[in-house]
Amino acid sequence: MSWIHFFILVPILFSVFIPILYKIFPRIHTGWFVLSIPIVLFIYFLQQVPSVMNQEPVLHTLSWISSLGIDFSVYLDGLGLLFSLIITGIGSLVILYSIYYMSKEREALHNFYVYLMLFMSSMLGVVLSDNVIVLYVFWEITSISSFLLIAYWYQRKGSRYGAQKSMLITIFGGLSMLAGFLLLSIVTDTFSIQAMIGMREEIFHHSLFLPAMLLILLGAFTKSAQFPFHIWLPDAMEAPTPISAYLHSATMVKAGIYLVARFTPIFGGATEWMWAVSICGLVTLFWGSFLAVKQTDLKALLAYSTVSQLGMIMSLLGVGSMALYPGTEEASILLSTAILAALFHLINHATFKGSLFMIVGIIDLETGTRDIRRLGGLMSIMPISFTITVIGGLSMAGLPPFNGFLSKEMFFTGMLNAAESIGSWTTLFPYVAWLASVFTFVYSLIIILKTFAGSYQPEKLDKKPAEPPVGMLIPPIILASFVVVFFFFPNTLSYTVLEPAMQSILPFLLNTGEQFHVHITAFHGWNMELLMTIGVVLFGTILFFTLKKWSAIYDHLPEKLNINDLYNAGLSGMEKFSSKIIDLHMTGYVRDYLVYLFTFVIVLIGSSALHFQVFSFHFQGNGPIEIYEIVLVVVMVLAALYVILSTSRVMAVIAVGAVGYMLSLFFVILRAPDLALTQLVVETITTTLFALCLIYLPKLKKEISRVRVKVTNLLIAIGVGLIFTLIGLSVQGHRLLPPISHYFEDAYELAGAKNMVNAILVDFRGYDTMFEVIVLLIAGLGVFTLIKLRPTSREEKE
Amino acid sequence: MKFSNVMLETATKIIIFIVLTFSTYLFFAGHHNPGGGFIGGLVMTAAIVLFYMTFDVVTAREVIPVNFRKIGAFGALIAVTTGVGSFLFDVPFLTQSFTYVDLPLFGETELATSLLFDVGVFLAVIGSVMTIILSISEDV
Amino acid sequence: METLMTITAGILLSIGTYLILTKSLLRIVLGTSIFTHGVHIMLLSMAGLKTGAVPLLGEDAAAYTDPIPQALMLTSIVISFALTAFFLVLSYRTYKTFGTDDMDQLRGSKYE
Repeated sequence: MSWIHFFILVPILFSVFIPILYKIFPRIHTGWFVLSIPIVLFIYFLQQVPSVMNQEPVLHTLSWISSLGIDFSVYLDGLGLLFSLIITGIGSLVILYSIYYMSKEREALHNFYVYLMLFMSSMLGVVLSDNVIVLYVFWEITSISSFLLIAYWYQRKGSRYGAQKSMLITIFGGLSMLAGFLLLSIVTDTFSIQAMIGMREEIFHHSLFLPAMLLILLGAFTKSAQFPFHIWLPDAMEAPTPISAYLHSATMVKAGIYLVARFTPIFGGATEWMWAVSICGLVTLFWGSFLAVKQTDLKALLAYSTVSQLGMIMSLLGVGSMALYPGTEEASILLSTAILAALFHLINHATFKGSLFMIVGIIDLETGTRDIRRLGGLMSIMPISFTITVIGGLSMAGLPPFNGFLSKEMFFTGMLNAAESIGSWTTLFPYVAWLASVFTFVYSLIIILKTFAGSYQPEKLDKKPAEPPVGMLIPPIILASFVVVFFFFPNTLSYTVLEPAMQSILPFLLNTGEQFHVHITAFHGWNMELLMTIGVVLFGTILFFTLKKWSAIYDHLPEKLNINDLYNAGLSGMEKFSSKIIDLHMTGYVRDYLVYLFTFVIVLIGSSALHFQVFSFHFQGNGPIEIYEIVLVVVMVLAALYVILSTSRVMAVIAVGAVGYMLSLFFVILRAPDLALTQLVVETITTTLFALCLIYLPKLKKEISRVRVKVTNLLIAIGVGLIFTLIGLSVQGHRLLPPISHYFEDAYELAGAKNMVNAILVDFRGYDTMFEVIVLLIAGLGVFTLIKLRPTSREEKE
Repeated sequence: MKFSNVMLETATKIIIFIVLTFSTYLFFAGHHNPGGGFIGGLVMTAAIVLFYMTFDVVTAREVIPVNFRKIGAFGALIAVTTGVGSFLFDVPFLTQSFTYVDLPLFGETELATSLLFDVGVFLAVIGSVMTIILSISEDV
Repeated sequence: METLMTITAGILLSIGTYLILTKSLLRIVLGTSIFTHGVHIMLLSMAGLKTGAVPLLGEDAAAYTDPIPQALMLTSIVISFALTAFFLVLSYRTYKTFGTDDMDQLRGSKYE
């Protein structure tokens, strides 16, 4: 166990104390205690930057299930570090923000922060695990904690719906990802990602390459809300705003991006991978930005915008993966800029989208609404919020002097490079990119202008808005300042974080010892990219001001293509189908369930016995049969048969007792004196018990049931008897192993006992006897409670 | 359920002692001959049930003033404790041991820890079974 | 002898199963009892019968019957007794509370 394992698990470990702290210090907001955790983690990961920059990453392994090859191994390289910094950095700011957002009087804070810490640990686990199975486990925990956080206000119907939707979609993706991992491990015989990367060539030529790739991509696409799985993200906005800012824009939804980036060294270079990732990304990019324009709820707008931005990063990763295509060096270097753009935009998106989400949360708290039709003119009332929104919004739109401009330019560069060096359909990519950027520009303007400009409509608001407390503004201000700082000093990032991350995504591009040299500049002269940006601004402005005229096209979208309806219909269809199936076999009759059980036993044991041909009988070595033994057997069977036919309770009970007494006689004959004694006494006491209960039980009625039921019962009964007889007979013919009983013949030396059975009971197998005694005691107490403990008359009334 | 039958009562008074003696014998015989905690306990239970059946519940309560649930729990406790006791000697749970002691009157006698364990079983069986039977019979 | 006992056990198992599938609670309880008897005979005969002396070292014989199944069954007998007692009381309480011992009427409501 190294420090890094410990730091991954710190949030979960700390979450144990959160409810205690919440109880002990009710007057202090629990968030203040929690805040220390991500800050400490952030500082720890910052300290790792120099070593990751200069050294080869090291694998830290903690044994877990070593026999299956599943170990908690951690691999801290550039990519993992980049994500860890985002997770802990944004995490600190979000928790600071949540202290003001979540009221300590009204909210169940302990739950909130426990879920949040659970998420933080698992997300760190996802981006740092080298073992795919461990990665999968953490991956699913992020889904579960996201579910819990979306459903945090579980009293609301929307929250429950959104939580269920996100859970179903992401867990579905997670499972298919697991299948993909397993396929990969079949090919490579390892669970380690780094080892898989080493066996890249073998995977490439294996027939399972395509299925494994598609399954893993399914996991990535569902998590990162790519088209057509994006539908869960807007519904996830029911979560408290800090959660939307953290999980559903900065971190969890980027787990899919991480997965694609992490597996690029394995799958990258394959044309299938490139087409799948980049086309899915571009479709998502366009569709998300197109739908975002239509939204009237600020958070829904941001959600679609997140979908769109994630699509953009995804498409860049797809195009960039072709850098690994075995081809010319020159094209590879050109295409690797797309990977750089993806990573850079990842950071930028976390900063500007985080600040925008926080501002939307503030607006929601201050005005009581997020509906842009009711908002407007807040510019003079909330000037600081306005400034932050302008910075974040314009960065999102891709304008200077904000970091979004840099990455948007690089995005265009990447797409143009792709069109140039890959050819074929990729020549269309720049057009899609440009069109989507226009819509991005439009919805960025909507956020800024519809909220803060225009006429102030106090009559439509529930509250009188004002600037929030300073503490609430600090996190968005920090993020917004990063937006500006990264524009002017982008290279502080490129040397420290981006280069190592590129190294881990494209490990084969360079010779050993070489490093990527990244230098980001704002102005490259009057090139194609700049012209595209100018076009975006011009066209976007026109579209924004003519919004009313063309927004009618949203009403003409084909109804059938509505993925949400498809999801809802599918869900309710499945529910109906499964309840139908359940109603069909869960009849409520115990007899039916027993019929299933017995039939299953007969079919399963019978068919497998036939299949393995275990039925073979040897009758030699049988003990001799005396005539009185036959008489005993006949009496026993007749007594048992009588129980079925008898309609007298007393006679039936006595018949069962007779079977028992016959049995104890057999024990005598068959040399089991202990058994005979016990059976005799037990039978006596059982019969006494029956006699006691008989007084209160009703008379036995003749069984009246349909012939079909009776025949089924009879067949099943005969089947059970037959199967067990056959097995019993076969067992006597087969002795796989010699009996171990000779060991117990030393009982006198070992246990000082001459009675072997008793020695086994109290000495050799004392455990069994102890639990047996406890079972007996529990049965006794069970009987006592059944009879003595009844609801008193007062309880009965309730 | 009160019925008096002089013949039965007189017979019971004698039989019960025979059965009790037999049960004690069975219990101690268990180490080397058929018997042991279970059988001993069950026979003892049979004797007590006989007593309850012959005399009424109230009389039986006066003669045997014990709570059988507690006896059962106590027996299980003994069984578990003898197991835990093996930790004191740094051997696995429930390891039994035995030794031979020269006692006056009895001569060389074997003392085994498994006997203690069997006492637990014996008491637990009596307690549980009596609880079951008494619960049913007292429920009207 | 083993064959005879195994077949007997099979018949008892059949009868037990049939009783368990009937409607009356009392028959079901009796059925489980008979089923247990069948299982015990089956276990004992699987180990081989009459192959040696009683498993008491005091008997001083050349070979003893396998003591393991016997120890196993001793446990089984006591547990099945506990089970029967519990089951019996359960059905008795059921009858007292619901006024019926017919399994077809003891279905419970759908959303319980």
